[in-house]
Amino acid sequence: MSPLRQWSTRLAGAAVAIAIVLIYACTANRAPSQSLVSGDAASKVYVAPGSYDEYYAFMSGGYSGQIAVYGLPSGRLLKVIPVFSQFAEDGYGYNEETKPLFQTTYGFVPWDDSHHPELSMTNGVPDGRWLFINANNTPRIARIDLTRFETDEILQIPNAAGGHASPFTTPDSKYVVSATRFSVPVPNTDVPIESYKQNFRGTLTFATADQPGKMDIAFQILMPGFDYDLGHAGKGPSNGWFFFTSYNSEQANTKLEENASQNDKDFIAAVNYKRAEECVAQGKAKAAPAEYYHNWVDESSRIAKSEKKSGVKMINPGDCEGVVYYLPTPKSPHGVDVDPTGEYIVAGGKLATVIPVHSFTKLQKAIADKAFEKTVDGIPVLKYDAVMAGEVQKPGLGPLHTEFDGKGYAYTSMFISSEVVKWKLGTWEVVDRIPTYYSIGHLMIPGGDSKQPWGKYLVAMNKITKDRYLPTGPEMAQSAQLIDISGDKMKLLLDFPTIDEPHYAQALPASMIKEKQVKFYQLAKNTSPWVTRSESDGGIARAGKRVDIKMIAIRSHFAPDNIEGVQVGDTVVFHVTNIEQDWDILHGFAVLGNNNSELILQPGETRSLTWIPKTPGVYPFYCTDFCSALHQEMQGYIRVSPAGSNVKLMANVSKKAQAQMDHNAK
Amino acid sequence: MSKLSRLLILLASALVLVSLATPLWRIRLLAPQYPEGLGMDIHAGTVVGAREHDLQSINSLNHYIGMKAIEPEEIAELRVIPWCIGGLAVLGFVVAAAGRRWMAIGWLASFAVFGVVALSDFYHWEYEYGHELDTAHAIIKVPGMSYQPPLIGSKQLLNFTAISWPTTGAILIGVAFVVGCLSVYLARPHATVEAAA
Repeated sequence: MSPLRQWSTRLAGAAVAIAIVLIYACTANRAPSQSLVSGDAASKVYVAPGSYDEYYAFMSGGYSGQIAVYGLPSGRLLKVIPVFSQFAEDGYGYNEETKPLFQTTYGFVPWDDSHHPELSMTNGVPDGRWLFINANNTPRIARIDLTRFETDEILQIPNAAGGHASPFTTPDSKYVVSATRFSVPVPNTDVPIESYKQNFRGTLTFATADQPGKMDIAFQILMPGFDYDLGHAGKGPSNGWFFFTSYNSEQANTKLEENASQNDKDFIAAVNYKRAEECVAQGKAKAAPAEYYHNWVDESSRIAKSEKKSGVKMINPGDCEGVVYYLPTPKSPHGVDVDPTGEYIVAGGKLATVIPVHSFTKLQKAIADKAFEKTVDGIPVLKYDAVMAGEVQKPGLGPLHTEFDGKGYAYTSMFISSEVVKWKLGTWEVVDRIPTYYSIGHLMIPGGDSKQPWGKYLVAMNKITKDRYLPTGPEMAQSAQLIDISGDKMKLLLDFPTIDEPHYAQALPASMIKEKQVKFYQLAKNTSPWVTRSESDGGIARAGKRVDIKMIAIRSHFAPDNIEGVQVGDTVVFHVTNIEQDWDILHGFAVLGNNNSELILQPGETRSLTWIPKTPGVYPFYCTDFCSALHQEMQGYIRVSPAGSNVKLMANVSKKAQAQMDHNAK
Repeated sequence: MSKLSRLLILLASALVLVSLATPLWRIRLLAPQYPEGLGMDIHAGTVVGAREHDLQSINSLNHYIGMKAIEPEEIAELRVIPWCIGGLAVLGFVVAAAGRRWMAIGWLASFAVFGVVALSDFYHWEYEYGHELDTAHAIIKVPGMSYQPPLIGSKQLLNFTAISWPTTGAILIGVAFVVGCLSVYLARPHATVEAAA
C-alpha cells in the first residue's frame, strides 16, 4: 500500500469514527421531549402573574397521606391539605384540637397512604361541596370541606384491611364506599394464614356521606376472600348499582404476583345497592360485631371530637338475592369506569391484551335470563359473552384506568407500554395514542368519571420520573403531564412535578368554588373553651401539674408575653388565639425545645399546643409566620423553675390590655 | 311661595332626612399588601368599616404609627350630627308647610352654616387623628410625618394611598341644598308676579 493510500484510509477511518461520535453525542444529548411538544404549548399553559388557573386539581399525596392542590393548566402547586398524616408545619395532628381526628381502634395512627380523591356530586356531576379521600393502610375515609380546604371528618372502616377501592361516591353522594384490598378473617382473629380459603373474607362498605359531621357505616356486604381493587358507581340507567374490580380470585395467600395471576378471568362485582337497602330494611342484614371510630370537627369551636362506635349491619349475599353478581373480566382488573351515559362499564385488566367493556343493558338481560356460568359463595357469575359489549383490540400493554371526555371517547392509561390510548365508545377502535414519561398509573380528566366531563385537559400521573427533571439524588418528585384533548389528536403541553405519589386526582372548574372561599374565621363565633378574645383576656391558671396559658396573637405581639411560675414536671398547654380578622394574616407559635410541633394560626382561630419542659431555665417563644414589619419582634419568654419552687404564677399584662381593662372599669 | 316651590322644599327636606340612613363620606386605603383595600364609611352617627372588620384592621395598623383608635362611641360629634340633620329636615318640612320665602331663605342659610361647620369639624377631626400621635408608644416614627387623610381627593401616607370622597349621604345633602336654592329662586317676587299674571 502506498503511503498516500495508507493516509487516505486512515483519514477516512478517522472521519467515520468522528461522525459516529458526533451522531452518538447528538442523540445522547437530545432531551426526550424536544420534538414532542408543538410550538404553542407554552402559551396554552402560561397563566400570567395575577391571573388564575382555570381548574383546581386535587391530587392524592400517596404515601404522604395528604392531598396536593394544583392549578391547571399551569401545574402550579397551590396548597397541601393535611389529611391522614401529622403535619408539623402547621401543627395538624400535633395540636390538641386536631389530634382526635387520628383516633382509630388501633390507637393514634399518625400517618397513612392516601389514594383516591373523590368530589361530592349532585345528579352525577361534581358540585364542589366536599372532597373525599381514602386511607389505604388503616381503612378510613376523610371529608374535606372545599370552602376551607381543611379535613373536617374521618370515618374508620371496620372489618377491613387495606381500604383501596374507596371512597368512590354515588351520583348524589348519599354513600361513599370502601372495599378491602386485603381479605382478612372477619371478625379478625388468630388463625393460620394457610387457612385463607376457609377463613378470609372481603367486605364492601357503604358509608353515608351527605350529612357533614354525621358520616357512618350504613351497611357492609360480606364477600369471598379476593382482593378488591377499585370501584365506581353507575349513573343514569345504571344508577343504583356499584361496580368493584377484584383480583386474586385464586385466593392465594403467598407469592401473589405469580399465584394470583393464574386465572384467565377475575371478577367485577356488580352490586345493586338499592336492593341492599331493601334487604337492610327487611331485616335480612345481620348485626355483626365491629368497632370503629368516627372523628369530626365541631364547626364553631373548631375542635375535633372522637366517638367510638360498635356494630354494623352485615349483608351476606346468600341471604339477599340479587344484591351482587360477578362479571368475569380478563386478567386482574384494576380500574372499573362507567361512561357518562351509564351504559358502559370499562375494565382495565392489568395483564389483559384487550380492554373489555361490559354493557349495563346486557347485564340486566343476563340477570333476567339467568345466564349464569356458576355461583361463587352464593354469588351468581354471569356469562362473559352475555354481558360483554365489546373489546378494544390491541390497545397497548397494561391497561389500568379509563376516563371519558363526554364527546364519545374514552382514554385509557397503559402502564407497561407507557402511553395514553384514546378510543371510541361503541366502535371500540383506537383513534389516537400518546406516550407518557414514564409508566402512567391513573389519568384524570376534570369531571371525567362523571355524567358531564369538562373534556379539555387530561392529566397523566406517572409512576417513574427518571430524566424528566434536574436530578435530585436517588429520589425525585413524581411526574404529572398535562395533555390537551380538545382536538382530534392528543397534544402534550406540560410536565410538572407532584409531591409524593398521586394515585388519582379530581378536578373542577375554579369558578365553582373560588368565590366560596372563607377568608378568616369570625372571632365572635369562636366557641372554643380556650378562646381569648382580647388582649386583656389572656392569663395563666394551674390545676395540679397542668398549667394552661391563654394568649392572643396580633400584629406584632403576643399577650401575655412574659410568663413565670411554671415548674419542671408540669405539662404546659399554650392556647393561642389569632385575633386578627383580616384575610391571610396568619401567626405562628413555637417554643424552644418543644418535642411536639409549632402552631400556625389562621385569623380568628384558637389552637392549643402542649409542651413539657424538662429543665429549669428561660425559654423564648416566637411567631413563625412572617406576619408584619415587626414580625421579628413578635416574641416572648416563659420561665421554668425547679419542681417545688416558690416562684409565683405570673402572666404579664400588656399596656394595651391595661388600657382595655381601665376602659372597661370606667 | 308657589306650590312647586313648596314641593321642592319638601323634596329637599326629604333628601336630607334620607341621608341619615346612608354613609356621608368614604375614606379608602390602598396599599401593596391590601389590593382589595380597606375602607371606612362615615355616617352621621357612626363610623363603620367598608367591610365587616375593616375598622378593626385600620385601628390595628394605626397602632404602629401611634394614632389613637377610631372608636365611634367616643366621638362626641357623632352624637350631635344626626340631631342637626334631623332638625334641618324637620325645619324644612315646617318651611314647606308655611310656604314663606323668607323662611326658606333662613332655612337655606342655616343649612349652609351647618354644612360649613360640619366640614370644618370633619377636617379638624382628621387633623387631630393625623397629628396627635402617641409618640411615646408609636412603633414607626418618621420625622415630620403626619397622617391626616385628605378631606377630598387622595394622599400618600407611607405605604397607603388614602382616598377620601363624599358618598351617597353627602351627595343627597348637596342635591337637597341645590333643590332648596332652586325653590327660593323660583319663588322670587318677580317670578310670582309672572306666575300670578
